[in-house]
Amino acid sequence: MPEKFDVIVVGAGPAGTSCAYLCAKNGLKVLQIERGEYPGAKNVMGGVLYKQQLEEIIPEFWKEAPIERPIVEQRMWLLDEESAITLGYKGQAWANEENYNNFTILRAKFDQWFAKKAQEQGVTLINETVVDACLVEEGKVIGVRTDRPDGDVYTDVVVLADGVNSLLAKQLGFHEEIEPAQVALTVMEVLNLPAETINERFNLEDGQGCTIEMFGDATKGHLGTAFLYTNKESLNIGVGTTLSSLVNSKMKPYDLLEYVKNHPIVKPLIKGAEEAEYLAHLIPEGGYHAIPKLVGDGVIVAGDAAQLVNGIHREGSNMAMKSGSFAAEAILLAKQTGKYTEEVLDIYREKVYESFIGKDLEKYKDATETLENHPQYLKEYIPMLNRAARTFFTVDGISKQEKQRGIFNMFMERGKIRTVQDMYRAWKVMK
Amino acid sequence: MHIVVCVKQVPDTKVIKINPKTNTLDRRGVPSIMNPYDAHAVQEAVRLKREYGGKVSVLSMGPPQAEAVIKKSIEIGADEGYLISDRAFAGADTLATSYALTKALEKISSASPIDMIFCGKHAIDGDTGQVGPGIASRLDIPPVTNITSITKVTKDYVELQRKLQDGYAHIRTTLPCLITIEKEINEIEYAPFPNMLKAVSCQPVVWNVDQLGEVDRKQLGLKGSPTVVGKMFAPPKQEGGHRLEGSPQEQVDQLLHVLQEKRHLFHKKGGAAV
Repeated sequence: MPEKFDVIVVGAGPAGTSCAYLCAKNGLKVLQIERGEYPGAKNVMGGVLYKQQLEEIIPEFWKEAPIERPIVEQRMWLLDEESAITLGYKGQAWANEENYNNFTILRAKFDQWFAKKAQEQGVTLINETVVDACLVEEGKVIGVRTDRPDGDVYTDVVVLADGVNSLLAKQLGFHEEIEPAQVALTVMEVLNLPAETINERFNLEDGQGCTIEMFGDATKGHLGTAFLYTNKESLNIGVGTTLSSLVNSKMKPYDLLEYVKNHPIVKPLIKGAEEAEYLAHLIPEGGYHAIPKLVGDGVIVAGDAAQLVNGIHREGSNMAMKSGSFAAEAILLAKQTGKYTEEVLDIYREKVYESFIGKDLEKYKDATETLENHPQYLKEYIPMLNRAARTFFTVDGISKQEKQRGIFNMFMERGKIRTVQDMYRAWKVMK
Repeated sequence: MHIVVCVKQVPDTKVIKINPKTNTLDRRGVPSIMNPYDAHAVQEAVRLKREYGGKVSVLSMGPPQAEAVIKKSIEIGADEGYLISDRAFAGADTLATSYALTKALEKISSASPIDMIFCGKHAIDGDTGQVGPGIASRLDIPPVTNITSITKVTKDYVELQRKLQDGYAHIRTTLPCLITIEKEINEIEYAPFPNMLKAVSCQPVVWNVDQLGEVDRKQLGLKGSPTVVGKMFAPPKQEGGHRLEGSPQEQVDQLLHVLQEKRHLFHKKGGAAV
């Protein structure tokens, strides 16, 4: 008889490892299966990790985790072809340990560290192994089939944390084929640059970091964002747009990244940096409407596999960790009852929907679709705002009042009613 | 039958860089892997175990993290692992390494006699291929190097195919013996899942120098290593090949001309391309 585990977690990203860690910590026999050569080998994100959700699992993790820089400044750029409106916040409050908000991390390093912490709790981690299917008996998931010889393993409950486009959840009928508008393709590069140069160019103290989000011309007006984040001795620069806009516009993602890197506002910041790594990954952007069935008999779906990403606020890994923690709580509860049925595990679904995860995703539930269907926000309004700012700040003998009138007329050129409709729609999806 | 495979953890030379100033290897951030030839050696031992029965042990010398290559061997199908790890072994050249490994092999053999010792044909970091024959010489058993096939094993002898510069030799040698393995001997199989689980929980036997029994410390580590590296330099980058230009007809004519000129390269001798 093959070995049986209490829990099998598929995937060693933030969701899977959070769940595995907490289950093992509470005495369960946990098997975690990762397809990459090591945890993090195949995982990609822009690079921002929020503190709180991991702090709840490992208090003061930043003291030993391989973090790059705590973030003290967040900038947002509304880009036109050669200009930008810049917004942002910088505060020393985020520079104190107890008030850290988020960090930049490099996933290959961070995920390995996190998985190691889980192994220390007793998790059995198997790398380089693909789970081909869940083993189902009378509608109940009883184990997994890996792609290795003698590859069946049995368990009470399987956690699908296998990432965006979870084929396992799809096999179980938890979601349909993912639509191109529900995922973004993000491509990014890690650019090596000495710490002092980063500090100077981004106006940072040693050991403090900054993030920049770019909208508008960074994606040539298509739905998506570009980003530039500071690591210790490197920068992460990347751009992500929905798969559907890439298809419709026939843009190539790496061309878009080259475009961002050569943008006159971006170029001086990355000048002379050495390309160290190139990464690409799908990011779930379907939001609230795309969340699949989360629970079945003997099975839970967490993290990207459950589409738990807030694209507007670039939150994903924190939601993954929180959902992994909720999954562990539900499993521990099920262990007490001895039953791993959908009814018992349903507490996981409730927790997800009642927490900030469900609430935030619901808040922006129509944002992606609205922006996709109404490209004028990124394509027309951002350039207009840039023109307005330039007009207003240029001193050329024209009175401020006249300038204001000119700007007002520019916005109303689209037709008063249309402009008002656009403003109302934007308020409605963001409120 | 008891086969012991000597395995080594090496830096992945595919990603290693040479510091252009000092001409030394820049090992920063370079992942450690199992020497690829050693993996084939373990695989071959596992294949023989399947066919003839017996046990496969692996032995490595290195820092504690070299445990990873023993776990990798268990994944392939080895039964048990030994790691000799001590500061006294540090800085060893091939002479001192073969001495330390021989001491460990003697200890393993005293508990469970060894029929064959396998090594990779060489390690991809040093490329010397000296440690295997060094062990054979110290144990006074036949070394058979560059083996591409093991065709028959009995309790007294083994028949193998050895790669030569211009062909192959079929040999028979008595047991015990030491065999160094070429890559083409087999394909590394995709390890069965139970092996993966076994590798996770496997705890190799770790010996320090005191646990190896009677050892002449002067023959260990840097002290026991007469090799001196005089100078290191990166080999010149390969130049690009010759490019045929012109119309398709001209290119074909040029290509035929080149092939005519090099026809001796395609001549077959003894069934194998030379």
